[in-house]
Parts: sequence; C-alpha cells; structure tokens
Amino acid sequence: MKWTLLALVAVLALLLSVVLGPAAVPFGELLRSDIVWNLRAPRALLAFLVGGSLGVAGAGLQALVRNPLADPFLLGLSGGAGLGAVLAIALHLPGPWALPIAAFLGALAALGLVYRLGLVGGASLDPRILLLGGVAIGAFAAAITTAIVSLADAAELRNAFLWLWGGLSGASWDSVLIVALYAPIPLAVLFAASRPLDLLALGEESAGYLGADVDEVKRRVYLAASLLTAAAVAVSGVIGFVGLVVPHIARLTWGHRHRSLLPAAFLGGGALLAFADTLARTVVAPRELPVGVVTALIGVPVFALLLKRWTIA
Amino acid sequence: MLRLSGVSYRYPGAPRDALTGVSLSVGPGEFHAVLGPNGSGKTTLVRIALGALSPLVGRADVDRRPASMWPRQDLAKLVGVVPQREDNLFPQRVRETVLLGRYPHLSLWGRERAADHAAVDRALAACDAQHLADRWLWTLSGGEYQRVRIARALAQEPKLLVLDEPGMSLDLKHEMGLFELVLGLVHTAGLGVLMITHDLNLAARFADSLLLLESGRPVASGPPAQVLTQETVETVFSWPVAMQTVDGRPQMIPLRQPKESRA
Repeated sequence: MKWTLLALVAVLALLLSVVLGPAAVPFGELLRSDIVWNLRAPRALLAFLVGGSLGVAGAGLQALVRNPLADPFLLGLSGGAGLGAVLAIALHLPGPWALPIAAFLGALAALGLVYRLGLVGGASLDPRILLLGGVAIGAFAAAITTAIVSLADAAELRNAFLWLWGGLSGASWDSVLIVALYAPIPLAVLFAASRPLDLLALGEESAGYLGADVDEVKRRVYLAASLLTAAAVAVSGVIGFVGLVVPHIARLTWGHRHRSLLPAAFLGGGALLAFADTLARTVVAPRELPVGVVTALIGVPVFALLLKRWTIA
Repeated sequence: MLRLSGVSYRYPGAPRDALTGVSLSVGPGEFHAVLGPNGSGKTTLVRIALGALSPLVGRADVDRRPASMWPRQDLAKLVGVVPQREDNLFPQRVRETVLLGRYPHLSLWGRERAADHAAVDRALAACDAQHLADRWLWTLSGGEYQRVRIARALAQEPKLLVLDEPGMSLDLKHEMGLFELVLGLVHTAGLGVLMITHDLNLAARFADSLLLLESGRPVASGPPAQVLTQETVETVFSWPVAMQTVDGRPQMIPLRQPKESRA
C-alpha cells in the first residue's frame, strides 16, 4: 500500500514536471512538442535521478557517521564542487561539459582529502573525523571560492552564485544518459550494504560482533555515497536538504531497515526534486529560481518539525 | 572451543604489556569468569579472544583456528557477544533488534525466512522476554534491556556467549535473575560462557572456573574456592576482606580499613 502510494507520487511528480512549464503547450500536443521532448522530459528525469541519488546517499551517510542529521554535502563535497565550478567559470573554460567536469573533479578532490583525513587513525575510517574533516575542507574550499567570486566581474559572479544554489537548466538527454549509466553502480553498492548498515546503527563494536566487516562497510558506503553525490553536484549544483529530509521522512514510514529505507529514499528523493524543479521553473516564470532555493524553502520547515519530533522521541 | 595459550599483548607505544602469559580455555557447557581490578587487562583479553586484536606472543584460537583469521560473519555464527555498552542510533522495537542477531545466517540479498523468525522466538523465550517483543527499546528497564541483548546474541545460535560486565547498573533482583538466566543456558543449551566482571561474589557463585588478572598477569585460575582466598583477594585488590562460604562457594566481604593505616 505505502509502496503503491509512493510510486504514484513519483509518477505524478514526473508527469507534472512534463506538463507544466512557462511555455503553454496545449494538452493535445504534449506528445508531439519539442519543448516537452527535448527540454522538459530530460529535465524531469535528471531531477528524478539526482534527487533519488541524494536521498540514498543521505540515508547511507547518516547510518555511517551515526548522525541522523547528516547531509551528503556535509562531508566537504559541495565546497570542492563549488570551487571547481567557479574556477571553470572564472577561467572561461569552453564547452558545455567544462563546468560539470570541473565540479566533478572538485568534488572528487574534496572526497579524496576527507577520505585521507578519515584514515589518520589507521585502516578504520573514523566517522567523527570524516565529519570534522568534511566541514573543514568544505570551509577551506568555500573561502577560495569566495575569493575568486569577489574578483570576478558582475555577470560571472551571478552565474557562479546561481550555480552554487543548484539548478537543472543544463539538463539534456546526454546528461540523463550519463547519470543513468553512472549512478546504478554506487546505488547497487549501497543497496548491497543494507544489512551491515542496519547493524552499524548499534555502534561499530556491536556491528562487528554480529558479523559485519565494519571497516570494509564504512569504506564502501563512504565512497559510494560520495561518488553519487559528486555526480549529482556536477550535473545540478548544490541542492541541499533532499539528502537530509528525504531519508527522515522515509524512516517515519518505512522504519530503519535499509532494505526498504534505501529504495524508499530513492523514489521519495526523486519525486521531491522533480516537484521542486517544477516549482522553480514555474512560480516566477519566465525567470527561474535555483532549485536549491525551493528545496531549502520546503526542507527547512520540514526539518524543523523532524528535529522537534526527534528530540521528543 | 575457545582457547588462549600463553597470550601476551602490548598496545602500540604502550610502556608495558596489557596482557602477559594468559591462558584460558572455554568448552561447551562451561561457565568461565574473568576477574580483576580496573585496567587489569580484562577487555584486552576479550578483544584478543574475539580476534579484534592479534596476540604478540601465544595463540588465541576459536575452534582450532586463530580468532583473527575468522571472517567476521562466520565467527558470529559461533560466538555471540553482549558488549558492555552500545547506543542504538534509531528507535527500534525489541523483535527488530533481536532479529539483527540473524545477520550472520543471512545471504546478501535473501530475506529472513520462517527459520530465522523461529530462532528469534526461541531466543526471546530462552530469555523470558517474549512479552517484550513489541515494546520499543527505550521503554525497557535496565534489566529487561540486558535480557533483550542476550536474546539477540542467542538468536545468532552461537556455541559460545561472551558477556562484558552484564550486571552493571542492575538492581539485586535483575542482577541475580540475569546470572540465573545465563547459568540456565549453560546447563540446558550446553552453551559455553565467558563473562567479564568485577563482581567477585557473583562470579564465584555462578561460574565453574575463575581467572583472576592483575596488571595483565594471571594471578590465579581454577575453581572459585581455589582462586578466591583471602590472601589473593587482599593482594590483588589492596583492601582487607573477610571470606565466608555460601552454597559451597567463597564469598568476600570487604572490611573497614583500620584508622591507623588510612592514608
């Protein structure tokens, strides 16, 4: 029942984002319209894939760092990606793929640094150091980003600033295809880690005694979740709160078992971002809001409610 | 089943050994307790017995294979552990948490089958905790919570149960009840038990064999009457005691220290 409902919500979110838009496409011509086929459809699908990836990455990382309030971007990836993107903008790198590739490389660099920091204590990743290292690397990258933006001219600055708040206007069938080929690998790694992630909620010592290879699980989950997030940020900028709020809502309904939690977080994250992007495109049409603004406007109140519930429980 | 022979260990960078020349063997249907003051090496001994650390000297074997060589999942089918502390990140019901004990028996993608749920029911019944099955963990009392954690370890269907300070912060009734429960499992299920505790009296009352550690060295081992003598206890714990016998087991009563010897 709840799966049927979630699937309906997901389909509805996708349909809405194809039907609605600043250009009025008559209902009878939806299937023949260029706008629908080449702009709205790939954009809806990309939003869905990115949102789903962020939802799953968030759920996995929350179990890994043993903090239910962790967000995929907490681990420094947004800072690294932002720096890469702003560099690409400031250096006027040519071609449609320069910015996503630069952002992806920036995120990978941050991921590598944080991962290396997490290993300072030995072969076992320390979640506390991952969190602190992520915040530190993110702040460092953000400082450099701000320095570059402050030296840029006005138009560039606006582009960079908008990119940092996320947006899916660059969506194309190519980007959908790339994400659709890339994301299933880290997603499969995370889904395969469902049971050990359940155990990890008891603490690393207990998880080990119950049969989980804790060090291996932590490495896999961290790398897979980070690689998912890096791809998401490369194609759509920094979209906050999806990876934080969606796993929470999924937990309220599906409980804490990652076998059902992770698929629910994927569908829920996809639906939320497709819906948020529809709003971002339509509420101030013909202009467009960064989709991260919409997710934050939806996400922060939800988050506040969850926080209240969490402290009561 | 579990055998430590001549085990020594020193943590990297530490000035002295955490354990020196410790031997211990736990077989089916045997109840062993490891005793000692704080910092005497009890926890290190457990870590070595469970393969989390490898001994620098000597061997630590589970079923004749070095403990650290066991894949974690296979070891968890043989040895169930109730650690001293854990905090559950997410709210969970009792049945769910006991079901986690089935993890070592499940394949990567497979669902829990009827056999797994039956094992959970048996484990809950063995710990007299069926009536708690649908309760949230956070609503349990300390004694109920310990029972549930033991049930989770039993759901692993292990041959050996390792308990680290299971009686901590329990009141008299629940502490005695817990020890009776563990002893019952030893007798009825033929489980081997290794218990870490610093409660000398309860250990002497329930365990077949004691191992007393001081600064990582074995001071005495064997049946309680041999290990817990007034002289040994006073030396190891640096406090005057009197000894009595209850149910044929030695029991220790700490004495007030005479005024002139107080620091």
